[in-house]
Amino acid sequence: MSKGWDPGLVLSWTVAVIVAGAFCWLLGDVFWNGLGRVNWQFLTEAPRDAGRSGGIGPIIVSTMLILLVCMAASLPLGVGAAIYLSEFTDSEVGFGRMIRRSLEVLSGVPSIVFGLFGSAFFCIYLGLGFSILAGGLTLACMVLPILIRATEEGFRSVPSEYRLGGAALGMSRTRRLLYLSFPAALPSVVVGFVLGLGRAIAETAALIFTSGYVDRMPSSLFDSGRALSIHIFDTSMNVSGGEAQAYGTAVVLVFTLLSINLAASWITDRWLYRESIGS
Amino acid sequence: MFQFSSDTILFGVLRLCAIAAGSVLLLVFVFLVVESWPALSNVGLVRFFSDESWHPAGENGLFNLLPMLWGTLFVTAGSVLIATPLGIFSAIFCHYYAPSWMARVYRRLIELLAGIPSVVYGLWGLVVLVPLIRELQPPGPSLLAGIVILTLMILPTIALMADAAISNVPKQYLHSAAALGLSRWSTIIGVVVPAARSGLFAGVILGTGRAIGETMAILMVCGNVVQTPSSLFDPIRTLTANIALEMAYALNDHRSALFFSGLLLLLLIIVLASLAETVRVRGEVNV
Amino acid sequence: MPLNCDQWRFKAEGNMNVHSCVKATIMLLIASFIGLALASCGNNDDTRKLVLTGSSTVAPLAAELAKRFEALHPGVRIDVQTGGSSRGIADARSGVADIGMASRSLKPEESDLFGTAIARDGIAIILHKTNPVEMLSDDQVVQIFKGTIKNWKDVGGLEAPISVINKAEGRSTLELFLKYYRLKSREVKASVIIGDNEQGIKTLVGNPNAIGYVSIGAAEFNVDAGTPIKILPTKGVEASSENVANGLFPLSRPLTLVTKEPPEGLAKEFIDFALSSDVHNLIKQLHFVPIQ
Repeated sequence: MSKGWDPGLVLSWTVAVIVAGAFCWLLGDVFWNGLGRVNWQFLTEAPRDAGRSGGIGPIIVSTMLILLVCMAASLPLGVGAAIYLSEFTDSEVGFGRMIRRSLEVLSGVPSIVFGLFGSAFFCIYLGLGFSILAGGLTLACMVLPILIRATEEGFRSVPSEYRLGGAALGMSRTRRLLYLSFPAALPSVVVGFVLGLGRAIAETAALIFTSGYVDRMPSSLFDSGRALSIHIFDTSMNVSGGEAQAYGTAVVLVFTLLSINLAASWITDRWLYRESIGS
Repeated sequence: MFQFSSDTILFGVLRLCAIAAGSVLLLVFVFLVVESWPALSNVGLVRFFSDESWHPAGENGLFNLLPMLWGTLFVTAGSVLIATPLGIFSAIFCHYYAPSWMARVYRRLIELLAGIPSVVYGLWGLVVLVPLIRELQPPGPSLLAGIVILTLMILPTIALMADAAISNVPKQYLHSAAALGLSRWSTIIGVVVPAARSGLFAGVILGTGRAIGETMAILMVCGNVVQTPSSLFDPIRTLTANIALEMAYALNDHRSALFFSGLLLLLLIIVLASLAETVRVRGEVNV
Repeated sequence: MPLNCDQWRFKAEGNMNVHSCVKATIMLLIASFIGLALASCGNNDDTRKLVLTGSSTVAPLAAELAKRFEALHPGVRIDVQTGGSSRGIADARSGVADIGMASRSLKPEESDLFGTAIARDGIAIILHKTNPVEMLSDDQVVQIFKGTIKNWKDVGGLEAPISVINKAEGRSTLELFLKYYRLKSREVKASVIIGDNEQGIKTLVGNPNAIGYVSIGAAEFNVDAGTPIKILPTKGVEASSENVANGLFPLSRPLTLVTKEPPEGLAKEFIDFALSSDVHNLIKQLHFVPIQ
């Protein structure tokens, strides 16, 4: 390497400092203002006075119900589609290619467009109204591409010896899938699940017209329920003196997301890595 | 012999799953078209771009979407222009300049930020950024605020894609460059960036898609005034914010016009996706 | 695709690890479906439900009324969603909501619906508490909203640019404000567009050089709560719920509950409850004026 002034050194360090600084500012601000709010009472009580005081108990419950609906709908469908795409089709031709393109575009569709679709299809056409069910199903459409991509990769990376060995032992295709490929690809399914969960829990725009604003404890899936992200939006935008609550909720949401992402990368690092060594 | 073996059933079920997953996009598209049809037939395509303003409520609504299209365009262009160099230099920093422990920490930070919800960016923008801009030049909620927030939001996407693209540059390229006695900087500019360009471009396209579609953060910091901005400090409204803001009480043609703007967004994304596809195919041919 | 439809059945019981993996996943799936089913079963028939949508001015009042009503009638659930008056009326008409909320009286073209006024409210100009301006004539207000007066010093305030906060289309507060000041929607040169009353107040608190207009009920409620805003008089009449009550304040409107059919059943019970003198203290608490 020739000696002398390296513009890349200065530029890249400057960029790194700016970027890291901006993000520390953002995260620091959220945790600094919000951490003091979070305690057991905050997590369990109902919001009072339009969200100026009280807690976020019902909102956590609604969020979990929305996620449950989302995952219960998207997981079987997504895993099924991923198995089909990886085991039965070629990715670059015909039917498989068509579905894969469609999913690629779907993964880029703005969440507000999913919101419009969900409100027209689930709320009005299927008559679900503002409900947790409608919100969860809308999110399910949204996380489907993420789930399928991760799962499909898992199935594709199952060594073909597994399948050949199974076939040699006279196992049916169903059994080979169930007892050989599926367990080997399971970590990827879990990663897909976790990534999808992360995307779903962060979502706001797709939920404002589907699961609605009602901040009370839902008594069924047909009730409207407010998700954590919508609570942050509403208290920070529409409630004077609501910032403190918004920050508290933001800490809960960011913390949950961090745990989810950590879990995903832990699984990827440990489980997937060990599997590949093991095989 | 069974009439249906478990294999046939399994195959059928899995195929059905795949068809269902693949047709979600079609379903979204069909519903957007059906819902925007009343506006397209009553108002007509031309008036979305030629009416004098956006006052869609009431008897003689006016439906000009152009100011919001410009809003989306400006805020997207601004953020992509800033985030692209920042993202690429972040990746270069991780690969060539940072000590390895720092590169690891920095990468983790970026990954972490990719997962932060947009509403949290919006909250920070609303409480910290907008008052700062107001000090500079009132009213505060502005195009500039939108660009800054969006830059932060799409930067992780671009940086992570650039990071992956740079990792994929063949090692022998670097060895050859070293053998030629090129400096680190010359290697990066002359060898690494050109070799990784299709990956870098894919990251920029992905970031652009994310910027176009972003709603909540923009809604919170941009002021939402329907106007074509004449300076960075003017408040603007984007297509996405317009939908989020007005959908709650829009009726008839107004509601239908909002679905039409959703359809426009979807078409934009399809164009971007095919662009990305072209780049990917060409990249594979070149390498 | 080639498919082996072999009849051989092979039991892969040897590998317990694999087995338990599959089992765990299947159990997880089943558990989530059972959870789903159970949660849906919660929607049993003995809870009666009422959905209200519409005006963000009426919504806080409706929500408080709903709370008290629910306390008196166990097994009733009332959900209140905000959106705007025209949304409330449309939802009542389409049946999406049992009761629509509107912060105005019904228009002639809405005579197919049934409206019941439950309270009165006014619309007032609000400024930040630190703004020295104490009074604006109607003409000054018009010029500020049209953008011909751009600086506070032209109306006796400090040297500072004016930020105009306007309401989004479809809000009856906007309609009535424009009608009173004889403005057209497209003439207003706004700096910020807001939806709910609360958002307007919040934006104003964040920007001391702003001017906005909101429901008097919402404004007084916030003044009581210590929010740094002040309410300007209109035509020299102090904007207060007393002056709305005695009819002196020029810019007032009824808060209306709208139904598609003449109210019956639970909807009638709720509307009657909202009109009863038992809830006057609640209406006054929110700085609205009960209908006598």
